[in-house]
Amino acid sequence: MNTAVEKRKINPYLTHKAEILKIFKETEVEYTFRLESDFNLNFGQFLEVSIPGYGEAPISVSNFTDEWLELTIRKVGKLTDKIHELQEGDHLYLRGPYGNGFKLENYRDKNIIVAAGGTGLAPVRSLIEYANNNLDDFSDFEVLAGFKNAQSLLFERDIKRWRENFDVLLTVDQTCDIWGECVGLITEHIAELHLDNIENTEIIVVGPPPMMKYSIIEFQKLGVPDDQIWVSYERKMHCGLGKCGHCKIEDSYVCVDGPVYNYADVKEIKD
Amino acid sequence: MDYNLSKEKFNQLLSELKQEYQIYAPVRKENKGTYSANDLITYDLIDNLDDIELNKKSKYSAKEIVFPIRETLFHFMDGEQKMASEDEEKYIIFLRPCDRNAFKRLDKIFLENGPEEDIYYKRLREKVKFFVIECTEGFDSCFCVSMDSNEVERDDYSAFLRFREDGISFKLNDQELKNNYFTDVNDFEKINFEAQFIQENKIKVNLPDKDKITNEVFENELWTEYSERCIACGRCNTSCPTCSCFTVKDVLYDENKKSGERFRRWAGCHIDGFTEMAGGHSFREEHGDRMRYKTMHKIYDFAERFDFDMCVGCGRCDDVCPEYISFSKCINKLSQIVEEGA
Repeated sequence: MNTAVEKRKINPYLTHKAEILKIFKETEVEYTFRLESDFNLNFGQFLEVSIPGYGEAPISVSNFTDEWLELTIRKVGKLTDKIHELQEGDHLYLRGPYGNGFKLENYRDKNIIVAAGGTGLAPVRSLIEYANNNLDDFSDFEVLAGFKNAQSLLFERDIKRWRENFDVLLTVDQTCDIWGECVGLITEHIAELHLDNIENTEIIVVGPPPMMKYSIIEFQKLGVPDDQIWVSYERKMHCGLGKCGHCKIEDSYVCVDGPVYNYADVKEIKD
Repeated sequence: MDYNLSKEKFNQLLSELKQEYQIYAPVRKENKGTYSANDLITYDLIDNLDDIELNKKSKYSAKEIVFPIRETLFHFMDGEQKMASEDEEKYIIFLRPCDRNAFKRLDKIFLENGPEEDIYYKRLREKVKFFVIECTEGFDSCFCVSMDSNEVERDDYSAFLRFREDGISFKLNDQELKNNYFTDVNDFEKINFEAQFIQENKIKVNLPDKDKITNEVFENELWTEYSERCIACGRCNTSCPTCSCFTVKDVLYDENKKSGERFRRWAGCHIDGFTEMAGGHSFREEHGDRMRYKTMHKIYDFAERFDFDMCVGCGRCDDVCPEYISFSKCINKLSQIVEEGA
């Protein structure tokens, strides 16, 4: 029996207790928690994650298989402080999955460029992992990942693995301290990309709002049409069910209609 | 078939209904108003018709009966969760057409929006019967006619009531009530009356042409005015019969036993923190942007999703605003701006 699914049918607000199988310390403030899972997940979806008594927060699933899922959680408040105290063998309480996620059919057989800023890499990591294992599903696959500095680098072990199969360009805003690699804002590197086959290219941009805004401008300058750009938005998704209203932008509920949008549909949307 | 009943006879029916139903209606609570020596008109339990306040609009709507201000979702202890138990009560709510129509808006959000129904709203909502009060005059700040929420259909109510000096004329549209309570209808005076609805309010609102609304209007200086006036108190949200936003919170009773509850509480888009995410980033810091967001939701965004506007024109937000901001005036100004193509 799929207990997470069954529980959701009875009452979508009730949570599913999941054991922490492994904890990866990504940075000082960001840990990845691998949890047992029987959720049916799509790339880029999120869960409502909680510890009873400490509240609930929307967290992107940063990778998953049929047996486990991973959540990359930054320590920023009451709940996440408590989560960071947990050890392997402890439990988190989950409900979901929520949101549309990245639908593979939009990217299959295309040249894919993923531009991710900081923790924006988390919601696309499962798609990148899929590409790493199924490179034939794409015509080409490339990742540009921007971080503030070496201390904020996420998924170091993955990036090394991915590089065996496709290009992963790392940029660092402030210094030149990640593996002695390139320096500068992600936008500068987008400008230098050579896109041979734009009509068969799909771009995925995820990160902090300013990074997304300026990255999109650079892709537009390269001639990428808006409807070939995909974004994932972060908002305050309190219920995940399209009820609580906190994540609504115009007539769209990010928790239901998003968080992944085709940029052509949302380029004029205003919070 | 419609019926006439004396007040006494109707009150007798109400006392029988009280055995099974919690009966809510607008009532006057003396000296409970915001200002000293002021009364509060609000929804509460009634015993008989004399308890109902018919001459003044209630400050709050009937929504809190079905969508409580604070509602426990589940209790937890040592990792086990138990859904908050359901009370056995059933409800009869006396309300005007605008407020009945407001429940159609709440139904859309709680029962239709998103992948599943809101089970907490649903289990209360299913136990509600509406007794719609005929409303032909309205009140000073009402604009229900402009919002097309001044009338109800027969399927919208269990009973429709006309209050007369000497009694009640009513339409009964509820087989369960007919079978269990209104059993001696054959003894009632049978009449036929046509339900009347207000056809003209003192305040009229011109809704902007939805096809002409562009994002340019978001940048209009109209909203800057509200940044200067709105103090983000959220009274417009709490008094609104269609505002349905809430925040989910936990309370820990006992840290050692890990016992406590998860609950939800009303939230409002005018109030600080509504959009604040982990890490502190917020949207719509300017109060005028919140006014813009609320306005567009009530008269545009909701209709884009559900085909009718969210605002029912009850005018409560205008009644309660401490800064005398008028929502109806805001809509009219917006329409003018849209019409002028600014």
